[in-house]
Amino acid sequence: MIAGLYIDGTSPLHRAGAGIKILAMIALGTGVFLIPDWPVVTVILATVLAFYPLCGFGPSVIWAQVKPIFWLLSIFFAVQLWLNDWQAGLLVVTRIAAIVLFASLVTLTTKTSAMLASLERAMGPLRPLGVNPEKVSLAISMVLRFIPVIATVASEIRDAQRARGLDKSILAMVVPLIIRTLKMADDVADAIEARSFDPDETAS
Amino acid sequence: MIRFENVSVQFDQRRVLDDISLTLTEKRIAVVGANGSGKSTFVRLLNGLQTATSGTVTVDDFNPAKDGRKLRRHVGFVFQNPDNQIVYPVVEEDLAFGLKALKLPKDEVHRRIDEILARYDLTDFKTHPSHLLSGGQKQLLAISGVLVMNPRYVIFDEPTTLLDLRNRNRVERAIAKLDQTVITVSHDLDLIADYDRVLVFDQGKIALDDTPANALSKYREMMA
Repeated sequence: MIAGLYIDGTSPLHRAGAGIKILAMIALGTGVFLIPDWPVVTVILATVLAFYPLCGFGPSVIWAQVKPIFWLLSIFFAVQLWLNDWQAGLLVVTRIAAIVLFASLVTLTTKTSAMLASLERAMGPLRPLGVNPEKVSLAISMVLRFIPVIATVASEIRDAQRARGLDKSILAMVVPLIIRTLKMADDVADAIEARSFDPDETAS
Repeated sequence: MIRFENVSVQFDQRRVLDDISLTLTEKRIAVVGANGSGKSTFVRLLNGLQTATSGTVTVDDFNPAKDGRKLRRHVGFVFQNPDNQIVYPVVEEDLAFGLKALKLPKDEVHRRIDEILARYDLTDFKTHPSHLLSGGQKQLLAISGVLVMNPRYVIFDEPTTLLDLRNRNRVERAIAKLDQTVITVSHDLDLIADYDRVLVFDQGKIALDDTPANALSKYREMMA
């Protein structure tokens, strides 16, 4: 689940600034697409993998990052093998794996608050254009926070509808989910107001 | 001191609160009543989440209608469902959320967070994803998020409704230990049995205003 990715630690990568890590992620994401040789990209992937134990993460953490894209990588490899050759397949797979594993490493070693603080700083110059970085940052944090909450609500509704024999009705699932989400949005807006959030005041 | 002077609130054609006048000086005040009786609207007036259609509300030197944002640092509000109140994905980040507005030095922010986590046995969950806490821990986190701001008043809107007995008791003990003036809206009459004053709402008016010993027995009769 997105919201629960950060794992506490004291490694150099944990201590590095969120901005530097995000810039490194952008550089790596662009760089691997500029390199046409699979052995070089494989070395980059190996380097990324080497960071995991340095940060205190074992094979199970690495597998947890690869598992969701394993089948996708397999399909990409098979298509490239069919259209070109195994080297092309390996190049595509190592590129994607390097990007995903590095992005995961950044998320695993960076607190959401640090990530959002960097984002707020990066968006500072857009303030004259009417962009409020504090509001954007709050919106992103709330997306991360409420994905699991809405998933729980969806699960409750699914169970309730199943109990009534409506397990095949999409409408019976979607309508209450939308209604409960909208009601929740009202309550959350009240709670944010009650907790003194003032995007104009926090801007400095 | 909280003062209501001829306060009414109207939504469309419906009068939710009708000409309320009272002064609250006690440390523990309970608000009870049937669903739709106006009790939640009454407490929402106290920190400016709701404004009066007519009349004046005063909380110490603040007028909630005019000083809403300043007042909200003075009057904390704990909602029924903590899931709607916790806005950051990690426990310590959520506690830091309200403090941001106070522009405190970083050391002070950390000190306050550590202190409040220790007070509610949540220190081990400091870097924990907030959605993975138990129901009781979530409610304690929601309470912590309010108390970390050091408010003068704390309003609880049905704080134990969604909790099991163990967690309900934890929340009851947490409320009992507070130094702040507490105003609690609740259907849980045991929770407010030791309070100083009970206001019973009925159809937008205060039907009873008395000690728990007197008010709650009459309220039980009313609801029979």
